[in-house]
Amino acid sequence: MPGWRGAEAMLEIGGLHKSFGGVHALAGVDLRVDEGEIVSVIGPNGAGKTSFFNVVTGLYPPDGGDIMFEGRSIVGLESSEITEAGIARTFQNVRLFLNMTVLENVMVAQHCRTRAGAFRAVLRTPFLRREEAEIETRAKETLAFFGTRLVGYRFDQPALSLSYANRRRLEIARAMATRPKLLLLDEPVAGMNPRETAELTGLIRKLREERGFTVVVIEHDMRVVRDVSDRVIVLDHGVKIAEGSYDDVSSNEAVIEAYLGGS
Amino acid sequence: MDTFLWIVRVGAIILLIWGVAGTVVQGLSGQGPTGEAWRDLVVAGIAQGAMYGLIALGYSMVYGVLGFINFAHGEVFMSGGMVGFFVANYLWEVRLWETNFVLAILLVLLSSILTSTLVAVIVERIAYRPLRASPRLIPLITSIGISFFLQYTFAGLFGVAVKNYPPPPDSLRSRVSLLGLEIEGSKLLVIVVAVATMVGLYLFVEKTRTGRSIRAVAEDKEIAALMGIDVNRTIVATFAVGGAMAGVAGTLWALLFRGVSFITGFLPGIKAFTAAVLGGIGNLPGAMAGGVLLGLFEGVGPQLVLAGFGIPGVSQLKDVVAFTALVLVLIFKPTGLFGERLSAEDRA
Repeated sequence: MPGWRGAEAMLEIGGLHKSFGGVHALAGVDLRVDEGEIVSVIGPNGAGKTSFFNVVTGLYPPDGGDIMFEGRSIVGLESSEITEAGIARTFQNVRLFLNMTVLENVMVAQHCRTRAGAFRAVLRTPFLRREEAEIETRAKETLAFFGTRLVGYRFDQPALSLSYANRRRLEIARAMATRPKLLLLDEPVAGMNPRETAELTGLIRKLREERGFTVVVIEHDMRVVRDVSDRVIVLDHGVKIAEGSYDDVSSNEAVIEAYLGGS
Repeated sequence: MDTFLWIVRVGAIILLIWGVAGTVVQGLSGQGPTGEAWRDLVVAGIAQGAMYGLIALGYSMVYGVLGFINFAHGEVFMSGGMVGFFVANYLWEVRLWETNFVLAILLVLLSSILTSTLVAVIVERIAYRPLRASPRLIPLITSIGISFFLQYTFAGLFGVAVKNYPPPPDSLRSRVSLLGLEIEGSKLLVIVVAVATMVGLYLFVEKTRTGRSIRAVAEDKEIAALMGIDVNRTIVATFAVGGAMAGVAGTLWALLFRGVSFITGFLPGIKAFTAAVLGGIGNLPGAMAGGVLLGLFEGVGPQLVLAGFGIPGVSQLKDVVAFTALVLVLIFKPTGLFGERLSAEDRA
């Protein structure tokens, strides 16, 4: 693979271990993601893909191994600190703030990028007003990334009222709003119809091309994986069994075996 | 089991109608309270209920964010009223209380708010934060312990005697005419301050950045953290705001009843908890409405329902009415009158 073994990795993971009561969700995973890449993580159910996201974003502490983000270890940081450092994610089973409006969902994700604290929030100083206006503008602009689906009258609707596909889009917008460098998408097209899937595939590419995010995506839909990935990493039983271009990986013996459940 | 509940429901409704009918019959035959007496009962009920509503907000907010009932919240309220007394007493001694009552009561209010906020935040830091990861029952039991701890700390520090605020000026004791109704000045003040505070809180939660964080944390702490929100700071803010509301209530209590003691927080605390459940726990407008309704129930209920049965001295039975109202709400509509505001974890 030319190009990706460059100077400094954006995310570099070594020997990552995580077990849940005897089940090794991650049994020594090594991987790196370079700036500007779109990397897909695939593997059968229970391979440890989501556990990998959960450990990287600080939801669970790893049992062993190291996670370096831009040359700095992020093991042991709070989730909010990891987000502040520049990693944001979405969830397999969309988890929005359903009682809040579409706009508020995106605005609240920018709080880690604002400076005015609670004291100013109560006094409503000019600085705070300016900052609030700014994050509102930015929220609207982020929502416009998805065309007309989440704009206009939708701004003030509760997230609860959105369709399933729009909830998925809003979740991506919310993650974008934390202004990350690295975006982790957990099955972004799960449950979407072919037309929506095709549209979102295009958007994933646009996330890098227009917004400059580095993207790691967990996906089961192989057409999406083929269309978006620079590189594919295959996990099975908590270990990396293959890595390379889509074509390399899709013809790899070990991968086929893992998927077909060979002995 | 269902039949049993059904009998309870029908029985409750029959008793309610019977009592009210009895009171109406008494009223028609010229016995019972006069129109003015009813009016005073309603006004007193609303004033006391508005105060319950302010305390109930603290229960509801903490429940919304952490999912347990902070039974020490009554003591947070009491601590504000207690420190407010010392400030009021000092202002009385330096004669500011008489010469400039508005300034004096503002100072009392401020000290009460500061104390309650501080107590609420310290309790969170010392007692609840270390238990964040434990099952919800554990902070709940801890809060009962904290409640007693605070009561007897205040008893030990300041004695067990009831402390009476200096008398309010005559203007507050006389009646004010409002929309053709003669209302006692202090009660009107209590209602106005409580409503203004509630509106302020509502705007704070709905419109400000900290309010937005609080709502996000209430819905899903894990996701809030992943979206970069400092969860600990937001929880502190929640306790602080709930404490400030209780602090306002502490001063309002003083305006209504004048006396505070170390035990003052107990009954209003339980009543406010009732009010929060009545309105739907976790639901802020519900807590406010629940408070006012509970105040009305216990203000008017004894005269309206119990007097119809010919029970003597009904005004002493207001606690019975208040807690019966709670039981009835739990039987008829367990999620409260205005519905619980569910967080993501509860919804799943």
